[in-house]
Amino acid sequence: MRKSNIFLIYLAINIVILCLMFAHASLKKRADMASLKEKMEMVKALELTDLCLFTEANYTRHLSQADLHTPFQDSPMSLEHFPSGSMVPPPPGLRKINGKMD
Amino acid sequence: MGKWIERQRNIIDFTLSSLLRRKGKNVALLCVYTFVVFMLASVMFFVHSIKREASIILKESPEIIIQRMIAGRHELIPIGYIDKIKNIRGVISVKRRLWGYYYDPIVGANYTLMAPEDYGVIPGKIIIGQGISRTRLAFVGDFLEFRSHEGKIIHLEVKKILSPESELVSSDLVLISENDFRRLFGGSGDYVSDLTLQVKNPRELSTIALKISEILPDTRVILRDEILRTYDAVFNWRGGMMIVILLGALLAFIIFAWDKASGLSSEERREIGILKAIGWETSDVILMKFWEGMVVSLSSFLTGAFLAYGHVFFASSALFESALKGWAVLYPQFKPIPFIDASQIVALFFLTVIPYTVATIIPSWRAATVDPDSVMRG
Repeated sequence: MRKSNIFLIYLAINIVILCLMFAHASLKKRADMASLKEKMEMVKALELTDLCLFTEANYTRHLSQADLHTPFQDSPMSLEHFPSGSMVPPPPGLRKINGKMD
Repeated sequence: MGKWIERQRNIIDFTLSSLLRRKGKNVALLCVYTFVVFMLASVMFFVHSIKREASIILKESPEIIIQRMIAGRHELIPIGYIDKIKNIRGVISVKRRLWGYYYDPIVGANYTLMAPEDYGVIPGKIIIGQGISRTRLAFVGDFLEFRSHEGKIIHLEVKKILSPESELVSSDLVLISENDFRRLFGGSGDYVSDLTLQVKNPRELSTIALKISEILPDTRVILRDEILRTYDAVFNWRGGMMIVILLGALLAFIIFAWDKASGLSSEERREIGILKAIGWETSDVILMKFWEGMVVSLSSFLTGAFLAYGHVFFASSALFESALKGWAVLYPQFKPIPFIDASQIVALFFLTVIPYTVATIIPSWRAATVDPDSVMRG
């Protein structure tokens, strides 16, 4: 078989996989609607405000409820030291206030 | 048309043979390229999915939260504030929230304790999240012990475990009755953690927030929009460790690819010279180099994207887990919902395939326009 044919078949298979990927994403989204709804109902019923992504400290657990001085709450000179702090940038407002200090 | 297709196929045949002649070098390039696309696509898919999910879920969070601040810190708020807020025009209802943190020294984890008003939690019983159940090996009917503010041990029975589907919002939750909450943390019944508000007209939110801060100057008002904005900024791709690592890998790859693509080896230059000498046009050489770039970049792009999809949506982003977990003991086990769209794939394509293909064509065009004799002589 010609090399170009092998490449074109390989490309066609990849395009089919790409289409399957989108089809899977669409089906999975539909299938996950029930669990998404459950989460929404829980957030509404319990009046939750944050995702449970980083549970290492209270100010990383509830990002939207954190005080303005949270990075300094452990000691006056302590900047954010949790690993999650290096992935979540401070909110833009906070950055404006503390820009000069950092 | 048929002639055009045949010409392309002939050139692809030649290109593939040429690539196979330098097998080792090209396979190495393919692997590195695929890995870079895989990492970039993984971050893109993960961040986009979490952001979308957060924006949908947190749309149901309270419209306004009022917290009392003393000396810059969040303090308990007196129940008496409810009447003052209720009098503001446009406020439908004011609810109280009773919640706090409990550090469990046994596993070294922080729990979020909540005493919801209408969730069917009776005194002596608790409802816990999957994360706590997993970490403490606690199941329905088991007792968990808590140390109260007086130093007494309180035993509470696990009545229910929250569903695994809700882990993203409930993994570290302990739902407890108000009575047990007060027993555990003390404090007067006249105080709660914060207040939540429902308003008649969402367009009046900022006006009502302004009125609250005028009437109750010792409070801070958190709007739902601010919560949503916070999560929009979470994992911002421009900031953080992830992008620093990725930038390093990306820069290394750019240098590698640029060197490979732009600096034609003497063998490649000689090849172009011979092709020109046997009658190939400059356009044919450029076409050949275009296909060379496309074969390498398209293969890497597609493979990298598929691997990233599998990594994020089937393997729960296993490679990012240790970075996401950080020092957390309780970490939710969840599979992101695949919120992907064509624009993400197109953006990835333009970030990875196009620059490489362009970088391959330009030096070849320069070599192809030079006299074949001088190219062959080096």
